[in-house]
Amino acid sequence: MITKRIIPCLDVRNGRVVKGVNFEGLHDVSSPVELGQYYSDCGADELVFYDITASFEGRQLFTDILREVASKIFIPLTVGGGINTVEDFDRVLKCGADKVSVNSGAIRNPDLIREAAMRYGNQCVVLSADVKRVDGEFRVFAKGGRVDTGMEAIGWIRHCVDLGAGEIVVNSIDTDGVKKGFDLPLLKAVCDAVSVPVIASGGAGCAQDFVDLFRAVPTVDAGLAASIFHFGEVAIPDLKQLLRDNDITVRL
Amino acid sequence: MNQIAIIDYGVGNLFSLASSFRSIGAEITVTSDASVIRQADKLILPGVGAFEDAARKLRETGLDTVIKQEAGSGKPLMGICLGMQMLFEKSYEYGEHEGLGLLKGAVVPMQGRIPEGLKIPHIGWNALHFTRDSGLFRYIREGDCVYFVHSYYASGCEDSVIATAGYGAELTAAVQKGNVMGCQFHPEKSGKVGLAILRAFCEGIEA
Repeated sequence: MITKRIIPCLDVRNGRVVKGVNFEGLHDVSSPVELGQYYSDCGADELVFYDITASFEGRQLFTDILREVASKIFIPLTVGGGINTVEDFDRVLKCGADKVSVNSGAIRNPDLIREAAMRYGNQCVVLSADVKRVDGEFRVFAKGGRVDTGMEAIGWIRHCVDLGAGEIVVNSIDTDGVKKGFDLPLLKAVCDAVSVPVIASGGAGCAQDFVDLFRAVPTVDAGLAASIFHFGEVAIPDLKQLLRDNDITVRL
Repeated sequence: MNQIAIIDYGVGNLFSLASSFRSIGAEITVTSDASVIRQADKLILPGVGAFEDAARKLRETGLDTVIKQEAGSGKPLMGICLGMQMLFEKSYEYGEHEGLGLLKGAVVPMQGRIPEGLKIPHIGWNALHFTRDSGLFRYIREGDCVYFVHSYYASGCEDSVIATAGYGAELTAAVQKGNVMGCQFHPEKSGKVGLAILRAFCEGIEA
């Protein structure tokens, strides 16, 4: 049976990973290549690299680094940030990305999903949705979670799957940074609405939160987190052992 | 000398695949040149996307004939993902299409053959169950996980299947018959286990 995936997310600005602490044996915690390799060796099932650079030069640097990452790390790589056109897909796929995640770019132009899926296949197109509760409903937010689009989230996600999104990253703004666990009601609602893989993001504060996630929402496919891995609060081998001890199928 | 040629026939990006071979010290050429393919010691047939499109490109470039001749002469050939599917007689992906016919069997959709409620494509890490001994597995163990992304699988290939992966049904994960072999999963995305399979291929498999 398919294993549940554990995915560290690395934010990259001007070619450097934005946050993190030193791990034993890791010389440069800000190097996307070194940190990515470290996680891969620890048993991460996949890596997500988010380009949070604004400048053109920074973007060039990101693709250079991506190429280096992809020539050294042999697990699936997802790339997001600044993906607005099919040419952006092309740019990162050529550098060795396996999947490309779209967020604001798809909100501005939903057809981007359809075009990219037709050209590269659904499995290549990941929709990343920032979701927050407003007036008792789940709403989609744009621009890094700052702008309420007014769109109802479950309908939006379903629409994107119809357009060709092959995987969904659901990031709950309500639980993000709170470290009290994933947004289980939101994730259940998304998993019930679509039949493509769903990745939970936002809220993980400890290893037990992943156990609770996969128990409460058995159809969720993966758990994504950043700071708890980067700051060494949760070590991936320990997390996977805990999951296995709780009868959750993982790759050890 | 042990030169490995990755056959480039215009489907998919071969950057990761070439990098993975380089990382294990293999001498690798990415080529669409028939003479380079004929001179190579071992061949890799990659592929992502749709079967019909890939099969047409192989025919149009004439590489289908080259591959059949080289494999027929005993040269080791490994198909990866869609490249593995191309080794079979035919595929029922959107119609009925002819493959290279190097292995007995056909590629069929998961839809309707695995229990409802399981997501298609079969995407993620799944464990290998060995059904037969193969030198391809000399550095890995039963139960090791590899990375899959596919919606179709090879069926009726009992004489070549060497490993399966459980996903509501036992899906064909790897095949070998003499010098012709293939992986449905992506060894170049399967971490250490995947690289160990590529290493075994590079070193040579007893046919």
